[in-house]
Amino acid sequence: MTTTTAADASAAPAPRSWMARVRLRTGPQAKARRRGAALGLLAWLAGILFFLPVAWMVLTSLHSETDAATNPPSLGASLTWDGYREFFGTNGGASPWPPLINSLTASVCSTLLVLVLALPAAYALSLRPVRKWTDVLFFFLSTKMLPAVAGLLPVYLFAKNAGLLDNIWLLVILYTSMNLPIAVWMMQSFLADIPVAIIEAAQIDGAPLRTILARVVAPIAGPGIAATSLICFIFSWNEMLFARVLTGVRAQTAPVFLTSFITSQGLFLAKVCAASVVISLPVLAAGFAAQDKLVQGLSLGAVK
Amino acid sequence: MTTPSAAPPPSIGPRTATASTPQPPISPSPSTTPPRAPGRLKAWATRAPLLPALVFLIAVTQLPFVATLVISLFDWNSLDPDERHFTGLSNYQHAAQDAALRESVLTTAVLTATVVLTTVVLGLLLALLLDRKFRGRGVVRTLLIAPFLVVPVAAALLWKHALYNPEYGLFNGALSWVAERFGDDTPPQPDWVSEMPLLAVEASLVWQWTPFMMLILLAGLQSRPLDMIEAARIDGAGNWQIFRYLTLPHLRRYLELGVLLGSVYIVQNFDAVFTITSGGLDTANLPYTIYQTFYQAHEYGQASAAGVLVVIGSIIIATFALRVVSSLFTEGASRS
Repeated sequence: MTTTTAADASAAPAPRSWMARVRLRTGPQAKARRRGAALGLLAWLAGILFFLPVAWMVLTSLHSETDAATNPPSLGASLTWDGYREFFGTNGGASPWPPLINSLTASVCSTLLVLVLALPAAYALSLRPVRKWTDVLFFFLSTKMLPAVAGLLPVYLFAKNAGLLDNIWLLVILYTSMNLPIAVWMMQSFLADIPVAIIEAAQIDGAPLRTILARVVAPIAGPGIAATSLICFIFSWNEMLFARVLTGVRAQTAPVFLTSFITSQGLFLAKVCAASVVISLPVLAAGFAAQDKLVQGLSLGAVK
Repeated sequence: MTTPSAAPPPSIGPRTATASTPQPPISPSPSTTPPRAPGRLKAWATRAPLLPALVFLIAVTQLPFVATLVISLFDWNSLDPDERHFTGLSNYQHAAQDAALRESVLTTAVLTATVVLTTVVLGLLLALLLDRKFRGRGVVRTLLIAPFLVVPVAAALLWKHALYNPEYGLFNGALSWVAERFGDDTPPQPDWVSEMPLLAVEASLVWQWTPFMMLILLAGLQSRPLDMIEAARIDGAGNWQIFRYLTLPHLRRYLELGVLLGSVYIVQNFDAVFTITSGGLDTANLPYTIYQTFYQAHEYGQASAAGVLVVIGSIIIATFALRVVSSLFTEGASRS
């Protein structure tokens, strides 16, 4: 959290010594301190409340099916890996590996394709701005604002006629187009942070474009590019509407596979929770890793 | 590696000028005709890196919309493809008279407005709480972000089966646990999804999207000019006055951005409606209705007409959204 630390650092010195002096006193300062503690407690309560469903999902995934379906809930029931064992197919049932691998393929390949397309575009829009570059940026953004569902039918018909239904590469293409605008916006804002003087100095020294990109641009923009990749990965991994309509058995992705756990008979809660945990794990990991850049990515670079 | 200090200052000037203020297009006036051929070549050289992304995006996102527009003018049911013929605007007429479609427009509006407003208010409160210094702030922030990072389908399944289930869901389980403590043998056990379907969908979405709003508003809070707040405090301004006259005006743009991005994402929501209610009980929103018209009723023409109407609606919202982003964007550009 770079902004906090910077802000804290600049704001801290003066109040801290002041605070230290008044800490001994009572009166309004003590009251303010008590109020601060109460607000801190409130923040903790809110955090726990919001996290509760996630914690419940993890706990349920570690219970047996019968313990998972009791009322009132059996909090202290013994823990078991059965839900996970069943999810990974050791107790029979469909293997989760093909959908997981499909999701991984779709997310990773589309993210790579996004990078290949977005990096040069962001470069053209930030470091060597073309004319009317803001118009181009806003065109990219506007495509993101049109609901994808409106283009679903033509895409389906095209896929059907081209024999691309139930093909993971179709999803790769679609996810690339879904994430490209976000990536261009994000990377444009990251690349715009690179001081132009450095690049011009390199140019004057006669460094070829390749060297400039590899040795000047990449080190500065690296973290931003990594964050962009993580966000593209998350969005591709989460997508369900297109995956549902355009894939069947072979190219089924993890979110679609997850919905297949819901049966009308028998208990499935622990297994569904285990599956949800496994499928959410990559996103949780990527999201926590990119926590600081998450806002910038989701707000398309408008909020820094 | 070259040394950055070697850059001659004059060369920085023109580049930064073009970066911060887009210059008006150079009109080809006859009096000052520059040597055109090399200039044009150079212009294309700078434009070239843009082209792959632009061409790709137009092909994959814009062409389908054109196709949707064309299909919407046909009477086309995939179950009898031989009957396909041009019908002009009759699909739009049908769409305008279709009670289910009108209902889903209303549902989408109610769903989006409720979720966006609730998440903005909750997100603002949480952001204000997190903007203070307290022990474990980083942990609380991580706890709060977690709901946003659960895969949407998994989140919807979690709410439907692990929380809302009338027999063994956590909500009713907690109700009977509390009732047991008070010696009540017949605790209320509502069937949440069938008794309050839209609210059930909204609650799960509020849970998922509040962290998003909180993150945006927290970024806004932390970009406040601290010296101004200090000055106001020294001048004797109270907490409420500082919030009302300094913080809130500063946050306005961030609030607008949150509202508009939230609207754009939640209008398109499919996963929660599909999973929690399967569009039943008057909760079908536009994406779900279009999905249904085309996927189950096989009415391609009508689904496309509905799709075109959705696009027109989004363009209206997006125009405002783009204006807000644009104002933030130009502010950011002038600041840096």
